[in-house]
Amino acid sequence: MKLFGSADAIIALILVVAMVLIGLINPAFWQLSNIFSLLKSNVVIGLMALGVLLVMISGGIDVSFTAFAVAGMYLVVRSMVALDYDGVILPFLAATLIGGLLGLMNAGIIHKFNMIPLIVTLGTASVVRGLVLGLVGTSNVNINQMPDALIAFGRTDILTLERANGTTFGLTAMIVIYIAVAVGIHLVLTRTMIGRSVYAYGADAEAAKRVGFNTGRTMIFVYCTAGALAGFAGLLHSSMIWLANPRDFVGLELDVIAAVVLGGASIFGGRGTVLGTVLGVFILVMIQNSLILMGIDTTWQRVVVGGMLIAAVAVTALRDRRAPV
Amino acid sequence: MSQTNTAETAGGSFKGSLLRAGGHTNVQLGVICLLILVVMTALRPQMFLSSYNFESMAFFMPELGILSVAMMIAMLTGGIDLSIVGVANLAGITAGTVFGYVAGEAGAGSLGVAPVILGVGVGLLVGVLAGLLNGLLISGLKITPILATLGTGQVFIGLCLVLTGGPAIVGFPSAWNWLGNGKIAAIPVPLVLFVVLCVALSLLLSRTSFGLRLKMIGTNPKAAVYTGIERGRMIIWSYMLTGGLAAMAGILLSARTNAAKSDYGASYLLQAVLIAVLGGTNPAGGKGNVLGVALAVISLTLLSSGFQMMRVSNHLIDFVWGAFLIAVIAINSFRGRKAR
Repeated sequence: MKLFGSADAIIALILVVAMVLIGLINPAFWQLSNIFSLLKSNVVIGLMALGVLLVMISGGIDVSFTAFAVAGMYLVVRSMVALDYDGVILPFLAATLIGGLLGLMNAGIIHKFNMIPLIVTLGTASVVRGLVLGLVGTSNVNINQMPDALIAFGRTDILTLERANGTTFGLTAMIVIYIAVAVGIHLVLTRTMIGRSVYAYGADAEAAKRVGFNTGRTMIFVYCTAGALAGFAGLLHSSMIWLANPRDFVGLELDVIAAVVLGGASIFGGRGTVLGTVLGVFILVMIQNSLILMGIDTTWQRVVVGGMLIAAVAVTALRDRRAPV
Repeated sequence: MSQTNTAETAGGSFKGSLLRAGGHTNVQLGVICLLILVVMTALRPQMFLSSYNFESMAFFMPELGILSVAMMIAMLTGGIDLSIVGVANLAGITAGTVFGYVAGEAGAGSLGVAPVILGVGVGLLVGVLAGLLNGLLISGLKITPILATLGTGQVFIGLCLVLTGGPAIVGFPSAWNWLGNGKIAAIPVPLVLFVVLCVALSLLLSRTSFGLRLKMIGTNPKAAVYTGIERGRMIIWSYMLTGGLAAMAGILLSARTNAAKSDYGASYLLQAVLIAVLGGTNPAGGKGNVLGVALAVISLTLLSSGFQMMRVSNHLIDFVWGAFLIAVIAINSFRGRKAR
């Protein structure tokens, strides 16, 4: 079956084993409400991870997307409050656009100055966060000020079930958006010229240039998409938690990068699949959320995430050494 | 480049070789320092030139300076160390935990000099071991430095949380606090330590085969291996040195603030990268010198102190740091293009 490459199959296997183990330790894991809430936690990290996947396939790394997510979310929500505007489509377009434009800045600097993406994105992240917090404001937009349409949008469910005691729980409709974006990126990466150029650039930038790819356009596509997805995910996050906090997402970049690496993408570029990333995100979110279910103290959470990242990169490093690209 | 320069000036004065190691970048940085000094003085003459201002800068600059030098050493081999802030906090917290055990009910404030020396030893050991872990992951398992240190940094911060349970450890022995707040003949102790470290490291990098081999690994890894350099072992040593330096910075930080917490100094990471790059370090490896980094940290400390005096918000200062980093990248890129 073409859908599962060998690497993706291994990740899926790890996922299944982990699910069985967690389920054995605490059967509450398998309750439908827990699974639904897990899926809900996947959406925002997953959307950001799809952007980071593109960057990693192109051989780069991005630590600025969380700052872009904050910019998209906070600028849009604040202007909605200021203009007393209530709507859904226009705000999400605006947040996506803000993220995309900021991504364009990354692409421009990285391509024009031929500079290491990590250092550039460290810089742009600091610039964007500094401007948002310094010029726009540092206070939260709370639930009583949040635009009603955004809240209503964020709490839409596609499936509502009733517990034995009469309370209800549902599966968020945002999961549909996540799946649609994942399928879209998968198709672009595998079926279009620009998608193939990302792999080519990541495997060997010089070779890609000589074959005739317009590498500047590839970089713009990669970083703009990553930024746009981050901006979109940022606003989606605030509409799902009914709060816009300009200090949000600090440190989330590590979780997202860990998830993408866990999903089999190589930091040297040229390798990585959407399916692997989606599975990687699910594994990361599941293990983070299940620590309490497994009776592990939450202070261990960062040790566990860091350890998982190291284990995942060690495995990918061994794989890359065995089969040099 | 810098190796041949240093070799040629082996007989010359130490100061001369220091200056030449960085070439005209250091002269530029010196000019920038003076320029910032003049502009800030012109804008806020009463406040900026006060001895109080210089003294407070001399107390908090060394932490950042040592972290930046640590970052520079990791960059010499073409790597990067994103775990330095985690290592620094872990060193301070481990030392604080040790003091807690030693002092028991009496409280750590009552401890004498001997336990403090033990604490410094433990802190530095933690740093060197953390560096050893980084080095083993990078040279043994061949993990990219970015990802390896991103992961270990997370583990170190996680261990800080596990050790403290979240809140800060407060109340260190007075001899420990002397390291961060004391003075030797009117000169702040952290500054003395920083200068001693800088001189020692700059001798290590420019006058020993260790330093030369480190730079060669960064310049051309393959050629370095062919000349018989044990690349793996050198990389492990360099990350151990980086880890030890980061721990030193953590010790100074906890000594100055009399507290240690898992998320102290989080903004230092970006600043250390920026200062290392600004100081003429090439993130791709092979180029970097201590004097350049020291000049860069001085100029940025002057700049941020001046901004604070003009009541610019801390967030906008973050913006300036980021913009500065990008500007430096752009200038270096244009200069590199012209040189070609």
